[in-house]
Formats: sequence, C-alpha cells, structure tokens
Amino acid sequence: MSHREEVLAAIRRALSPPDLSPPDLSSSVQSPSTVSAHPSPDAQRVDAVPAPPEPTGARTVGVAPAPTEPTRAAVLDQFVARVADYRAEVSRCSPAELDAALLGALAESASVVVPAGLVLAVPGALIDDGLSAAALDAIDAAVTGAAVGIAETGTVVLDHRGDQGRRIITLLPDLHVCIVRESQVVPSIGAALALLDPARPQTWISGPSATSDIELSRVEGVHGPRRLHVILLAD
Amino acid sequence: MTTPRATFLGMPPFPTAARAALADTQLRSNLAHATGTIRAKRAAVMGELADWEGLRQQAARIKDETLAQLDTHLLDLEAALTTRGARVHWAPDAAAACAIVAQIAQGHGIREIVKVKSMATQEIQLNEALAACGIRAWESDLAELIVQLGDDLPSHILVPAIHRNRSEIREIFRTRMAAAGRPAPEDLTDDPAALAGAARLHLREKFLATRMAVSGANFAVAESGTLVVVESEGNGRMCLTLPEILVSVVGIEKVVPTWADLDAFLTLLPRSATGERMNPYTSMWSGITPGDGPQEVHVVLLDNGRTRALADRFARQALRCIRCSACLNVCPVYERVGGHAYGSVYPGPIGAIINPLLKGVGTDTATDALPYASTLCGACADVCPVAIDIPGILVHLRAAGVDAHRGNQPPSAEGLAMRAAAWGLADATRLARGERVSSLVGRLPGGRGMPGGRRALSWLPWPGSRWTQARDLPVPPAESFRAWWRRVGRHEESS
Repeated sequence: MSHREEVLAAIRRALSPPDLSPPDLSSSVQSPSTVSAHPSPDAQRVDAVPAPPEPTGARTVGVAPAPTEPTRAAVLDQFVARVADYRAEVSRCSPAELDAALLGALAESASVVVPAGLVLAVPGALIDDGLSAAALDAIDAAVTGAAVGIAETGTVVLDHRGDQGRRIITLLPDLHVCIVRESQVVPSIGAALALLDPARPQTWISGPSATSDIELSRVEGVHGPRRLHVILLAD
Repeated sequence: MTTPRATFLGMPPFPTAARAALADTQLRSNLAHATGTIRAKRAAVMGELADWEGLRQQAARIKDETLAQLDTHLLDLEAALTTRGARVHWAPDAAAACAIVAQIAQGHGIREIVKVKSMATQEIQLNEALAACGIRAWESDLAELIVQLGDDLPSHILVPAIHRNRSEIREIFRTRMAAAGRPAPEDLTDDPAALAGAARLHLREKFLATRMAVSGANFAVAESGTLVVVESEGNGRMCLTLPEILVSVVGIEKVVPTWADLDAFLTLLPRSATGERMNPYTSMWSGITPGDGPQEVHVVLLDNGRTRALADRFARQALRCIRCSACLNVCPVYERVGGHAYGSVYPGPIGAIINPLLKGVGTDTATDALPYASTLCGACADVCPVAIDIPGILVHLRAAGVDAHRGNQPPSAEGLAMRAAAWGLADATRLARGERVSSLVGRLPGGRGMPGGRRALSWLPWPGSRWTQARDLPVPPAESFRAWWRRVGRHEESS
C-alpha cells in the first residue's frame, strides 16, 4: 500500500462509522459573530470563490461596495490609525502631492528599486528586471503599489502583480514604501479575502518586521524591511 | 554544533520534571513576566471584537465539519496543489516525512537548508533526522535560533525561548554564534533591538546562500491549494521567497475547505497568539508562480498520530487547534513549571491532551502522566479561539489511562484502594464497621483548622503520605451520618 493510500485508509477508518449527528453547518454561515464583527454586509463569509480579478492591470478593488456603516471616511481614518499603531510611518496625500510625499519618504535612501509595472516615475529608481538577490540586498528602498488595504487590522496586502513586483523586491531592501489608493481600502479581513485571488501569491503586511521572542516584548526590525511607509493616496 | 544534542526523549514524567522546574527561581520569574505581558495584550485586542464567542464557535464549526470529511478535503487539496505545479507527498509517520525531506535535499546535492519555525517539523524531529543524513538545518525564527544555538529545548509553542531572559540570550549569542556562521558583534548589549539586529546579520547571509527551505503551514486551503504561513519577523518570507526549492510539512488537520474560511482564522490567530490585531507578515502561495519565488515546491501531508486522535469521537476536537498558545499563557500550571516539564514540543494544556492523543494512551508513563498536569480550572478552555474543551478531554484521557491499566498485575495502589472501597461500600454491615473506625479517628486530637470549622491532616505515614504530599486530608467526622440519623433524625421525623 502506498503512503497515500495508507493515510487515506487511516482517515476513513477513524471516521467510520460516519457520525450520525454531524453539526448542522448550513445555518452557521450567517453566524451573529461575523455580522457584528464585520459590519459591512459584503464582508460576510461567502461560499463562492471570489470572482477572478480583471486580466488587465486595473485593480478591481475600486468596485468594493461602499459600506453603509461605518462611513467611508471613518474606514480610511481607522486604516491610517491602525497602520500607525504598529509603528509604520503613514501619510495621506492627493495625486498632486504624491511626488513630494515620495521624495520625503525616500529622503534617506540612496538607492531605490521599483517594479516594472509601477505607473509612477520615481526619479533615479532602478526598475526590477529580474535583479539578483545580491543586487537587491544592496538596495536601500523599494516603492510599490498594493492590492488591498484592511482598515480593521492596519494591513496592506500585496498580490505581486505588475505594480507590486516580485516578492523579493519588497523583502530585501530595508525600507518599503507602499502606495495604497483610498478606493483599495476595505473595512475587514473578510472583505479583503472576497477581493483577492487565491491563485496569486500574497504578502499581508502589518507594520514593519517585528518579533516578540525576547520576553514577549515587541521589537521592530528583524529580517524584513525595518521601516514600512504607507502612503494613502486620495482617488 | 550541527546536531542538536538536547532531546525530550527519556525525560522524566511531569511530576518529577515539574518539581525540578519549580525550584528554578529564574525560570519562574522569566515565565511570570512573559505570560503576564502576553495575557494583558491578548485581553486588550480580544475586547475589540464585537462577538468573539460567536467567532470562535464559527471557527470551531469550520474545523469540525472539515475533520468529518477529512479525506475528501485532502484529496481536493492534493488536486489543487498538483494543478498549480506543487508535488504532494503523504507521510503516515515521522520517519516517512523525514525521509521524504532528506531525499529531496539529497536529490539536489543540498547539504544545508533554512527553516521557518514549524511545530510539525519539531514534532517529527526533522533537524535530527537530517543531521543523520549529513544535512544541516538552520532555524531562522529568532526564538528557535536562541534554542538551537543554546543547545536547548523549546518550552513554548509560539515563543520557544520564553524561558530565557535578555541577558541569557546575549550570552548565548556571544558564545555560540561564531561557530554557526557570522559572529555576534563585539559590543552586543542585552537590548532586545540589538539582539534582534545580531540575528538579522547572522541569518541574512544564510538566507542569501541557501538553496532549499523547509516550512510548515498554519492553514492549507483545499479549493485553491493555498498554503498560509503566519509570522512576525520576516524570516518566513525569506525562506518562502529566496530559495529555489521549498518543502512544506503540513499536518493533515491544517486543511480548511475554502479561501473565505480564512476570515475567521486570520482574525482569531494573531489576537490569540501575540495579542496583535494582525501579525506583521502573512505569506500565501499556491504551488509555483513562474518567475517569483521557489520554482520547485513540495508539500508533505503528515499523519503521525492525527488519525489516532481523529478516531476518538469526543477528543477529535483537539485537532481544531491552530497552535496559538493562548492556553499556555493563562495556565497556572504552565506559568509555574514552564514548558520543558511536559517533555514534548507541545507543552501546556494543549500538550497535555495532544501528546496522549497523537501517541496513544497506555504506551509510556511520561505521556500518561500529562492529563494530570492540570488543576482543571478551565482557563484554557475560556481563551481557546477554536473552543476546544481541554478540561473535558483531560478528564476523558485520565479515564482512558485508568482503563488502559485495569488488567495490570500486580494492581496499582490506587487500584487496590478502589477495590477495598468497593468491597466496604457494597454491604451495610461492612460500611457501619468502617464508619465506627473512622469516627474513632475523628475524635483524636490534632490536625489544623479548615474554613467551616473542620480539621484537616497535612501529614500521614506511608502509604498515606503519597496523598498528603500534595493535599490535605479532612479529618473524618466524629459521628457518621447514619449514626446521627439513628440517634436523632428518626425521632424528628416522627414528631
């Protein structure tokens, strides 16, 4: 018997005879917990696989249904507050102010890498065309877009499409500047999952690299970027 | 120091190990500080959730439903992973899993790997098995690095070096780091940020040079073949991104059916584990992404006793565990004795049930002792984010332990005492005779006062000393109920 059949047979033996009174789960989908924990009705657990994202570079997050409660402004304020709460730097700006905001965020960085699909021009930046790990290790900062921002937890999610680049480029440089458009911010984890495509590799980022391994005190800055700067860009 | 010498094998059972740990005042002070810190942080972020009880019941239901059809969900996972370019292996036990990982490394001529912190690979003692094949495994989680460099054993699921304070960690880094690679800086202080910085420099060269990584997974999504690793430091991202080859050892109970199921778990796990709304980094990948990350991806689905636990209809719920370690941090027993006394990579309340369930009851005395390493206070069940009835399973396993030894020859002292009690209580005459003896004992002077005016004995001669070592024995009443009833009760009833 192969190992595969051995494990499957052991599972089937353990489950037999089948439980005659399985918990009824059909009604649990709308558990009161999610209703209250995630006020947006569209943030509910859904049985359907999220719709595949647009094949073009355009992100689908803009079509996120506007939550009725809390207000859009409150969601954005919460996003900013919670990103800052875990000691990421965070700033808000209009499209006209973006160049200046970037300049400020990159003030201490001598070298910058950007993904090829970033529509924005960052002066002096290297464009990643398959740079080696050693080359990226010597670069100070990376500037990328994002797929989704989550207000409840202060999280930015990268799904590593064109404007976010390969996973490695936001990992080795010590500063990650991440531009999130206001339309990309959703209230909850559930709402973010509904917009994301599980077939894409993803990195969910909440603050800079940190550890609680020494006496359970949080210390920022271990292996990943020691600084995270989130720029929330008005649409 | 390629081979970790420390091992849980052959450690004394919990009562013996706990006695030694209780005498270690440094350990007790480190643990009290760390568990106190994390309890406060967890309570604060849990308070933000509008209905945490409903959320954890939902998470429990997802896990229960999945376990009830585990074979189907694993086959779905296998199909999704295979479609996405990953190779799926099945491992009935630790030896099979270790052999699979070793063969993959040897097939590529690899002599060094980096590891993401993973309970499954600790459980199967992968590092030791690889060392025996001449392959070095470097732990990259800060706490695991502290444990590995210190030739030590993990004592907590989430923070394996919780028993070490900052000055002990500085000493380990100063004396041991050089032998493993880049040495610690000369002027290393015991500031946690400086210690983390030393680990960053030490490990960065390993991340850049190593061709193969081994990870576990917190969740495996069946419908999409997505593996999820939840971490804080970025060592996980390094291991999951930089090497050419990635092998993930995943317990079969880690599967969840749908992508949307992650909602409940990603909400509960970080808050329960480190007391954060969200951990700094969560990586998700589904097989191979051309041009990004490892281009050879393996997944080892591990049984190693999980089907034994699954077969126990009541205790099966222990397989809901998402390894958050909230139960350790609130446990009055864990807080005082630490993790080593449990003799397993799974310590604390969850360890006291998961070890006997994975290994089976009645096979070794150390494992059989674990269900007694609890006061049954229930704090663990109160904080469990997947609502595992840990106290209920502890009692269930105690009963199973007694059952496993029922036919033993010669019988245990406890067995003899129970037989004597059964004989004495089965017959009214024998009971009356016993009550006369106990009331004589009750009239003797001595003992100390207890609340309510009863007296208690704190010391009895052997074999009674085995009871009074840890408990007081209430002095029997001077008059039994039946004697009192004969003297008074009957007259009151007729009057």
